[in-house]
Amino acid sequence: MTSPATDHSVPDLITPSWEYAPAPEARELATIRSHYGLFIGGEFVDPAEGGGFATISPSTEEHLAEVALATASDVDRAVAAARKAFGSWSKLAGAERGKYLFRIARLLQERAREFAVLETLDNGKPIRETRDVDVPTAAAHFFYHAGWADKLDWAGLGASPQPLGVAGQVIPWNFPLLMLAWKIAPALATGNTVVLKPAETTPLSALLFAEVCQQADLPAGVVNIVTGAGETGAAITGHPDVDKVAFTGSTAVGKSIARQIAGTDKRLTLELGGKAANIVFDDAPIEQAIEGIVDGIFFNQGHVCCAGSRLLVQENVHDLVVDKLKARLATLRLGDPLDKNTDIGAINSAEQLERITALVAAGETEGERWSPSCELPDAGFWFAPTLFTGVSQSSRIASEEIFGPVLSVLSFRTPDEAVAKANNTPYGLSAGVWTEKGSRILWMADQLKAGVVWANTFNRFDPTSPFGGYKESGFGREGGIQGLAAYLAAPDMEA
Amino acid sequence: MMAATRLAVNKTYKLYVGGSFPRSESGRSYEVTDDKGRFVANAARGSRKDVRDAVVAARKAQAGWAGATAYNRGQVLYRVAEIMEGRRAQFAAEVAAAEGISDKKAAANVDAAIDRWVWYAGWSDKFQAVAGTTNPVAGPYFDISTPEPTGVVAAIAPQDSSLLGLIAVLAPIVVSGNTVILVTSQTRPLPAITLAEALATSDVPGGVINILTGHTDELSPVLAAHLDVNAIDLTGYAGTDTTELTVAAADNVKRILPAPATEPAFLTPPPGPRRILAFCETKTVWHPKGR
Repeated sequence: MTSPATDHSVPDLITPSWEYAPAPEARELATIRSHYGLFIGGEFVDPAEGGGFATISPSTEEHLAEVALATASDVDRAVAAARKAFGSWSKLAGAERGKYLFRIARLLQERAREFAVLETLDNGKPIRETRDVDVPTAAAHFFYHAGWADKLDWAGLGASPQPLGVAGQVIPWNFPLLMLAWKIAPALATGNTVVLKPAETTPLSALLFAEVCQQADLPAGVVNIVTGAGETGAAITGHPDVDKVAFTGSTAVGKSIARQIAGTDKRLTLELGGKAANIVFDDAPIEQAIEGIVDGIFFNQGHVCCAGSRLLVQENVHDLVVDKLKARLATLRLGDPLDKNTDIGAINSAEQLERITALVAAGETEGERWSPSCELPDAGFWFAPTLFTGVSQSSRIASEEIFGPVLSVLSFRTPDEAVAKANNTPYGLSAGVWTEKGSRILWMADQLKAGVVWANTFNRFDPTSPFGGYKESGFGREGGIQGLAAYLAAPDMEA
Repeated sequence: MMAATRLAVNKTYKLYVGGSFPRSESGRSYEVTDDKGRFVANAARGSRKDVRDAVVAARKAQAGWAGATAYNRGQVLYRVAEIMEGRRAQFAAEVAAAEGISDKKAAANVDAAIDRWVWYAGWSDKFQAVAGTTNPVAGPYFDISTPEPTGVVAAIAPQDSSLLGLIAVLAPIVVSGNTVILVTSQTRPLPAITLAEALATSDVPGGVINILTGHTDELSPVLAAHLDVNAIDLTGYAGTDTTELTVAAADNVKRILPAPATEPAFLTPPPGPRRILAFCETKTVWHPKGR
């Protein structure tokens, strides 16, 4: 049986197939300096040991800038600056703190296109996403949390809840600015000060954010940005004067941080990996579901912890869904991330591309691999959208987080079987359910062990809506009233 | 006149696992004394295998317990208080012997413990309303967040407060729908086993609450490292270094309620459902709105 997407024997005279003209966003909207220092105590400073590393554009491998490598002594300096700032920042009236956050939100909106271009250059994701999702949602997080700063008595933690102190925050490369906003906005609104490390492959938007802090006249030391790799991160999370650790990244690193800080009084929240099931019933709105499946796994090249990487399709619509999915995937446009028509951008790094390639190679013995015909650029790191059918639950591609544009398709017969398969993972970050039957949606939502359940939609994020995982996907929530608890002293359990 | 002295029928104290009262599979026991050091009874000395059996029982019972209605869980837990009320004298005598406090103080302690069950039973259908939210997202979506039980929870009961402290730890874990493996006070385990008798004659399904006696430092590391336990309450380690347990708990990203600096008095309930929420997950559900 050939699918409609690959069947070229009968010419299609009805659907026009026009070429897209190039529609590149203006690269010069982003100014990139040749060198970046560390942002400590309100100014850019050179690292103590003078080391640095390059950040490149993953879509072209072009050198973008040289970024400072922070060592333990630089982290010391950043934590000291945050500690010094904590005294007055935590005592500042909530309304005034909030106004700084409102300023930051507005500055992000004013410079939105600049941030979008810079993020696309440094990360490789399409401009359509940075422009429509990453940057506006980051601004929304600051705007939302700004309003909380003088309303913390209503956060559900008793009267006058107290900040924790210095927050050490380590974020990943998949949503560099947005993850920064998820971390910094609630920390600042609740009166904490911050030392944040962006991922080593995507430091530039955080360094531009440092300029925004300067433009907002944010008091020196309230936000400190130190760049580096894993060692720098470990120096932050293990620093004796850090009171709170917030980490988003892999489950393996999350566990190592939990072990590193065991026995200390540090408070911890973790947002880790996932292997979400996206479950399609036979009564689903199929066309919407197809869009949701595509958005669920191919958004941001699948570099999403809550990506719907396991498609569970009810057996009687399996072939229909797979055929329609293939037809849809054939229309996705892969290429220059700065082009406004691009759907699939570059893989973030050579290392990540290698990981995806290795897992997909393992998958070839476990299921049937399919990709639409698509030309990959010569330079840069690219991976075609990939589908595996005939996959079993024990397959590596169905159980390990790939963090790439790779979808495994499994089938089920009954709702109970769908639930059992969906929950059969150590992760529990998100899940998707597609059906027109309301009672089934609510029953499924009850049964799924996942922190976020998207019903007849997928990959929706909002600052008012708490996000975070069950099981090995981490603990604590980001966003909403629930997210504030991560940055405020816990009230005594007993009176 | 010679009243024949009647020899008391002493109780054999055993574990409480999956709704039954097994001896430790290890065949071991240890001596429990009163506060003056006099022999009271032998308690079962639970083993690694007992812990594993208890986790299996707790996991098996979890979906059913969480799936019961909140009203039903509230009534079941209230029923425990009713059964305990009928045994007040027995509990008071055991608490007095275990803790070396006056009969009057022990009785007050038991009353507070029963009242704590009642307090938590009443929360069963309310903490969701206190901690749940509807989220005003910027788009045409219905979006709600609600606290749900995290799953299977290990609890290390307070070492000093043998009944009140134990119930103050236990009740908030189970009221939301978690099931629990509870390690009793090592030196004061007997009131907990009497509590197990109250549980067994109430309507708490077998496996929802499992009670192990034994050496705390032998049982806790097994629970902390167990990959089918979702969370651990370290209250029983008040004032003690728990680094190793915390390191072990990281293997499957367990939620941890850390040990307090000193064991609380537990005399009044906490101001709100805080202990309940410490063992809950926030689940957020989205659905589009449209005509």
